[in-house]
Amino acid sequence: MSNQKASTRSHARANRVIPGFGISFGITVTLLCIIVLIPLGFLIWSTLNLTFEDFIKTITSSRALASYAVSLSCALIATLINAVMGTVLAWVLVRYSFPGKRILDGLIELPFALPTAIAGLSLTALTVDTGWVGSIFANWGIDIAYTRIGIIIALTFVGFPFVVRSVQPVLEKIDYQTEEASEMLGAGRIRTFFSLLLPEIRPALLAGAGLSFARCLGEYGSVIFIAGNTPFQTEITPLLIMSQLQEYDYAEATALALVLLIVSFVVLFAMNAVQTRASRKTQG
Amino acid sequence: MSAAQDIRKTNPEVEITSSEDIAKAKRKKQRDPIKVVLIVLGIVYVALLLVLPLIYVLVQAFGQGISAFTAAITEPYALDAIRLTLLAGLVSVLLNTIFGLFAAWCITKFKFHGRRVLMTLIDLPMSVSPVIVGLIYILTYGRTSPIYGVEQALGIQIIFAVPAIILVTVFVTFPFVSRELIPVMLGQGTDEEEAAALMGAKFFTIFRRVTLPHIKWALLYGIVLCAARALGEFGAVSVVSGNLRGITLTMPLYIETLYNEYQYSAAFAVSSLLVVFAIIILFIRSYVEYRGGKETENDQNAEITKKRRGRRKKERQEPQTVAAEDSPPPTSTPATASATTAKE
Repeated sequence: MSNQKASTRSHARANRVIPGFGISFGITVTLLCIIVLIPLGFLIWSTLNLTFEDFIKTITSSRALASYAVSLSCALIATLINAVMGTVLAWVLVRYSFPGKRILDGLIELPFALPTAIAGLSLTALTVDTGWVGSIFANWGIDIAYTRIGIIIALTFVGFPFVVRSVQPVLEKIDYQTEEASEMLGAGRIRTFFSLLLPEIRPALLAGAGLSFARCLGEYGSVIFIAGNTPFQTEITPLLIMSQLQEYDYAEATALALVLLIVSFVVLFAMNAVQTRASRKTQG
Repeated sequence: MSAAQDIRKTNPEVEITSSEDIAKAKRKKQRDPIKVVLIVLGIVYVALLLVLPLIYVLVQAFGQGISAFTAAITEPYALDAIRLTLLAGLVSVLLNTIFGLFAAWCITKFKFHGRRVLMTLIDLPMSVSPVIVGLIYILTYGRTSPIYGVEQALGIQIIFAVPAIILVTVFVTFPFVSRELIPVMLGQGTDEEEAAALMGAKFFTIFRRVTLPHIKWALLYGIVLCAARALGEFGAVSVVSGNLRGITLTMPLYIETLYNEYQYSAAFAVSSLLVVFAIIILFIRSYVEYRGGKETENDQNAEITKKRRGRRKKERQEPQTVAAEDSPPPTSTPATASATTAKE
């Protein structure tokens, strides 16, 4: 035991051969505190100024509850769509070769490169009932812009790259021959997918979907244009926070922000747990 | 009864004998209907969801003619917005590049207590909603904060002014560079830096001569991503901006204002500038991935050659493989680049 300790200590010292620990650690922690930790600390500090009853009353008001429902349901549906279509695209990009494949691969990252406000603006203009796409659906009496369908489309756009980019590398590592073996042994393609491929890509799929979900929950820029922002109908939680801020109602905004923040941290934590378990499994 | 016979009995059409059959199966795969369906589905989906909005912006921007377009983007308010956006973007990129380099160095080259905690804290800004970012900066520097007294004494205004816009932009792009660097530098290990340090190289020399060549593509991609997000940030900036036209409107906010005033073609004209920038970013990304991929391939080839050589020596045969002594030691690609290269 003491031997092991001594060896880790000497290992640590060996690492310190490389110069620059002090300065890099100092700069990292200082900037982290100034930019991230102190402002987040002020959020906690401001919540402490609220009484417990007020806090509970704010976060369970009917308008707030309705906004959670809109945010969670739309983010969930958008994430499911992204999980399915993301897996399809990852599959197509890894397994098939066809003309224009590199362009398709390059386009996946577009939602990271394009400002969300512009995406929202453009999707709205396309889907209003006089728009290129909206007019087609208006014939059947389906409204897209200013409804929850619009919110889901905007969130699908924003969360799209996460699943593709996390599933893609895993699919590349799966040996083509295992699938061929499975098919030759008589398993159908559907069975091969569900009992051979899906277990392999599940951790990556969950990680990508988790990231996409967290991003969708907090998304603001693309949604406000397309949502119509009617309270109780198409008002997402970030938007409710925004409207309270515009009324200088900082206490209520703070309470709701804390709820949203806790939910996204829980999602991230759960995702990390899934990934740690998966990596432990593969390492034996 | 052997397993193969068993299968043949249950599935008479399956034949696992000659290589001819395998070739036939492969040819069958080429004409696979599922393949066609999936490819078409993927392309149509991406075209509708990602490309159509892009085309729409460009069509609308030039819909009223070139002169209307140039008038919209050379309007004084538009130029002010472009200037402010570039300023916020520049500060964010500079600060976050410095931070990213030091943070990645600290996390990947040393082992210390709390290293994992530090990594988690650095990634924290990724999961904070933009609206909340704006809110916490109002709480930190606004009227309700103890710091507000200091601001007044010094005669500076942070919230609803340019400093807050820069600060929130730095916050939302905070981990972008370090996130790209850390996986690459972890994969690279510390041996080379240790060797350089033992030979007496100073911090800056080690970084420039040993580390930087390995991470340059990841660094470039991180900077590009950081710039993209910084120029396009909307939610956080809109909370702290105060919307003073010509003073605190960034490009995305200016676009929103135009849109709300029903000046659609002007809104799309300014948007098209950011769209063009987004397309440039995608090109840079593809190039970075291509370069990173090529370098790994070379490294892998070098490794394979080395292994082969070792084996041949053992077998006491004449080493005939091409010399690869000068090739660089194996590195890992930028995280994004690994996607296309791992096909073996």
